[in-house]
Amino acid sequence: MANVLDIRRRIRSVKSTRQITKAMKMVSAAKLRRAQERALAARPYAQMLTNVLKSLYLRADVTDPDTGLAKHPLLESRPERNIVVVVVTGDRGLAGGFNSNLLKAAQRFLDSKSGLNVDIECVGRKGRDYFRRRVPGQSAEEARTSPVRVTGEHLGILKVPQFSTVAPIAEDIIERYSRGEVDAVYVVFNEFKSVIAQRLVVEQVLPVGKLGEHNIEQAVELSLEEREAAGEAAVTSGVSLKPQDTTEVDRHAAGFVDGHVDYIYEQPAAQLFRELLPKYVIAQIYRSMLESVAAEHAARMTAMDSATNNAGELIDSLTLTMNRARQAAITKEIIEIVSGAAAL
Amino acid sequence: MAETIELEIVTPERLVVKDRAESVQIPGRGGYLGILPGHAPLISELAVGEITYKHGSATTRLSVAWGFAEVLPEKITILAETAELAADIDVPRAEAALARAQQRIKEAEDSAAYEEAAAALARAETRLAVAKQQ
Repeated sequence: MANVLDIRRRIRSVKSTRQITKAMKMVSAAKLRRAQERALAARPYAQMLTNVLKSLYLRADVTDPDTGLAKHPLLESRPERNIVVVVVTGDRGLAGGFNSNLLKAAQRFLDSKSGLNVDIECVGRKGRDYFRRRVPGQSAEEARTSPVRVTGEHLGILKVPQFSTVAPIAEDIIERYSRGEVDAVYVVFNEFKSVIAQRLVVEQVLPVGKLGEHNIEQAVELSLEEREAAGEAAVTSGVSLKPQDTTEVDRHAAGFVDGHVDYIYEQPAAQLFRELLPKYVIAQIYRSMLESVAAEHAARMTAMDSATNNAGELIDSLTLTMNRARQAAITKEIIEIVSGAAAL
Repeated sequence: MAETIELEIVTPERLVVKDRAESVQIPGRGGYLGILPGHAPLISELAVGEITYKHGSATTRLSVAWGFAEVLPEKITILAETAELAADIDVPRAEAALARAQQRIKEAEDSAAYEEAAAALARAETRLAVAKQQ
């Protein structure tokens, strides 16, 4: 039987680990709340942009008289030969299965697109590390040496995702699409509605599908156990389980550019449409990053919550073993004394 | 009190301004537009420039880079990619951006690069101008 001192030392070490995981959980919870606020703050812009585009979409001068559909390079769908896949992971680990699940989903998607030329844009260090080991990195201008390659690595932008840092990345991708170098653009990310309502999705952002709707290609929901663990973690750290209330924001945004008002157009509607559509795509990509950040913090919070619980259990069982060992030692001593006295 | 119009400026990151104003000046694509309460419904794209609005005796200035405005008789809503209040502008950073843009204009090889650099220059100049009028 292990000696009492050793066990006591182990208990102390597990206790300090528990302190750390507990602190990390609280930090993640706070960061999660901030990330959620940012996602909510980004909503009016995206909604209003969608409304404007929808109302412009209906105007005759935007659409092609032959087909009745709007013309814009970003609306044109072409047979897929070259595609861009943006993989949004985290920069840091210790977030449970967050990064590995995401990369698994990305890999599955890539497998389903085998035979096509794929350019991967990595957002987040974890995705970069994963793909670096598997596929060559090249800039988009170079001649392709393998069907799948990494054309961009964007690290450190997720700490506080800012529109001004995300926009150039999105603009570059849009540019490649409008030049016809790529035929479709997908984003793999973790969609976040609330702690217990998240899913891994592959969203097609280009060509632009139906305005205001997310064109989801593949989705993986959370498993029941994951949901329970996340729910428990959220309750103990005071994070709301409900999705954020967006009705007020949405109602407000819905009033923007009403299709029934007879506006004076300073610029022709077709020109406005042309200028605004890329902004819409940028806003979509920006949204995916904001949600991914919220999801990452939620995943870390959940992982740290279960680590804290496990440490607690370990301490309990170690304490029990320690008490037994101590008792055994005392019993042994008494027996020694008693038998020593009997021998006299 | 004079008649006022509601003004909202929204960027992808947040709601920058929600205020009332007696008059608003916005940088339309085809030139500055002055807007007073009761203006006819209008939609315009915005260029790089300065938004100024008066409320009581206070005048507020913001620099914007590309945006989109909806004007209704009682309300103006502006969607802007970036909108910074004069007080929020980081002058040393804007100056650095200005120097960088000037350098890029000199080095620009094709017209696309030149245009991009010129746009960056315009943005930096506007931000500085807005900040200095404080």
